[in-house]
Amino acid sequence: MSFWEWVKIAFKSIGANKLRSALTTLGIIIGVSAVIALVSVGQGASQEISARFESMGSHLIMIRPVRSAGGDLFIEDAYELEERIPSIEFAVPTVNFSATIKYQNKSYDTSVEGVNSGFPEVRNHNPVSGRFLIPQEIELRSRVVVLGQTVVKEIFGSQDPLEETVYIRGQPFVVVGVMEAKGTTMGVDSDDIAYIPVTTAQRLSGTSSVNTIYVKAKSAADAKIAVSHITLLYSKKFPREDAVRITSQDELLTAIGETTQTFTILLGAIAGISLLVGGIGIMNIMLVSVTERTREIGIRKAIGAKRRDIMGQFLIESILLCVAGGFIGILLGVTASRFISRVAGWTTAISPGAVILAFAFAAAIGLFFGAYPARKAAALDPIEALRYE
Amino acid sequence: MIRLEDVQKIYRPGREISVPALRGITLEVTGGEFVAIMGASGSGKSTLMHIIGCLDRPSGGRYFLDNEEISKKGDNDLAEFRNKYIGFVFQSFNLLPRLNALENVELPMVYRGVRLPERRKRAEEALELVGLSDRLRHRPAELSGGEQQRVAIARALVGEPSLLLADEPTGNLDSTSSAEVIEIFCKLNQRGITVVFVTHEEEIAAFTRRIIRLRDGLVIEDRENRPPRGYAVNAGEVSCS
Ligand SMILES: Nc1ncnc2c1ncn2[C@@H]1O[C@H](COP(=O)(O)OP(=O)(O)OP(=O)(O)O)[C@@H](O)[C@H]1O
Ligand SMILES: [Mg+2]
Repeated sequence: MSFWEWVKIAFKSIGANKLRSALTTLGIIIGVSAVIALVSVGQGASQEISARFESMGSHLIMIRPVRSAGGDLFIEDAYELEERIPSIEFAVPTVNFSATIKYQNKSYDTSVEGVNSGFPEVRNHNPVSGRFLIPQEIELRSRVVVLGQTVVKEIFGSQDPLEETVYIRGQPFVVVGVMEAKGTTMGVDSDDIAYIPVTTAQRLSGTSSVNTIYVKAKSAADAKIAVSHITLLYSKKFPREDAVRITSQDELLTAIGETTQTFTILLGAIAGISLLVGGIGIMNIMLVSVTERTREIGIRKAIGAKRRDIMGQFLIESILLCVAGGFIGILLGVTASRFISRVAGWTTAISPGAVILAFAFAAAIGLFFGAYPARKAAALDPIEALRYE
Repeated sequence: MIRLEDVQKIYRPGREISVPALRGITLEVTGGEFVAIMGASGSGKSTLMHIIGCLDRPSGGRYFLDNEEISKKGDNDLAEFRNKYIGFVFQSFNLLPRLNALENVELPMVYRGVRLPERRKRAEEALELVGLSDRLRHRPAELSGGEQQRVAIARALVGEPSLLLADEPTGNLDSTSSAEVIEIFCKLNQRGITVVFVTHEEEIAAFTRRIIRLRDGLVIEDRENRPPRGYAVNAGEVSCS
């Protein structure tokens, strides 16, 4: 007996019980679509986080002094790093504070970041018009500013901001450049910022320290070396080990990658459980179906159906149910994922891997949970089965 | 064709209970015979038919079908024997309710791996033989008892078996339908098919050439019979010369 005959018989018996078949499949549909939708949320989050970190610049190391632990860093420390550690390409001391920027009758609250000329390299962020800060301006504590897109939009609208004078904490600053748009990631607007020379920023905020030193290493390998160098250097400089916090973006990325992967797996597993429950539903219905059709099985056997014919008939029926459920589940899951990203504004990413996996898993569930009822059917004794009422 | 040597069947419905349904049957049926098996209820007729029909195995003794020892074969071999050599007709028709007459008749050939156009043709021929050419698409529920039994006979003979077995084929039928069924059996027997059936009715057994009587799982009578010509079964007319 051919495979297609089995498929035909299976189709007929599914068709004979349409409502029940549909309800049974529902478990698989929900399971598969949940897997696809939830995994897409997880992967979307993961992609967004890594994109955000990558947009901060590559092979980045952040050094933050911890005041309470006796840590304190100055602009000179940044230059010392650049000079003494060969694996470091740039070191950018930064000072941040928030301030109101005023222009004519408009004012806007934003964060001001004091940096040096190496900043675009380190943070992978460049001006689109005008230019960035130059070394002389850092040395001379010039009152020049490079604005982020959001600030420009809020204060200047469509007007060209270059060469205009704005006021920050009462001091006049000449706008020399506008940064390229970076967009909003995870609710943080990267364009809502104004860059001024770090020296100027120190004077404005009345400090001689820096908040953070951003370091760019030449390569991923160099980043590792640089981290150990920096650690060694500061362990000599400060008595307490926790006086500075050194975070390497590469390490952070790996750690975050691991976390989001765990998160994705967890979501997938939760959805997978619902798929499993769907599978148990399939088994339940198949068992009922075998009992209901005992007489039919007896008749088929009496006229010459072999064990494997009966087995094939029931197994294919359950696989068909699951595969159909899997297919509908994929469509539903993709739709749900789109819906989530539109309504909740989350990034979702449908990975072909998850789709294939969910589909294969559904088919495997059909095979696994169909096997027992099918065996039970195949093992029926024809005489007993014929006697069944 | 059929040879039973001291065939026994003991049912064990419970742990301590054993029901001896057949207690040593020795019997030979040669090809082309037309046999009726009779006996009181519970005498073991159905049990014997199931064993001859390869639906069940004896618990003792040996059973040969065409010189093959069936009592030693596995389930799959039995299925194949049922499919190829035996047509079985039941008292309660045993048609699949969801399939129409044609599909029901095709079924044995589905399991034999015959392709659709071929098996459709053969099913139509078989249904024509039992006089149901105008009922091909009817489902069992849309057919009378006699018609259902004729579909079942068509199903039994579509695979061109050498042995046609029937367990009280007329038990659920009125006399007209019974007559039709017996007439078909006569015709098939004349074509060379060995026919063995169980019946309670002497009038029906009278059409066969051999009558075997069972009592308590044993053969108590096995005699030749000369069928009458143009005999009437109750109201139904049977012509089987
Ligand atoms: N599955 C079974 N389990 C236990 N005992 C059984 C089983 N099948 C049949 N028997 C017993 O075996 C004996 C013979 O049964 P069988 O069905 O062969 O009788 P029969 O001659 O066909 O009777 P009837 O004319 O009523 O159909 C009976 O006593 C019956 O109760
Ligand atoms: Mg009986």
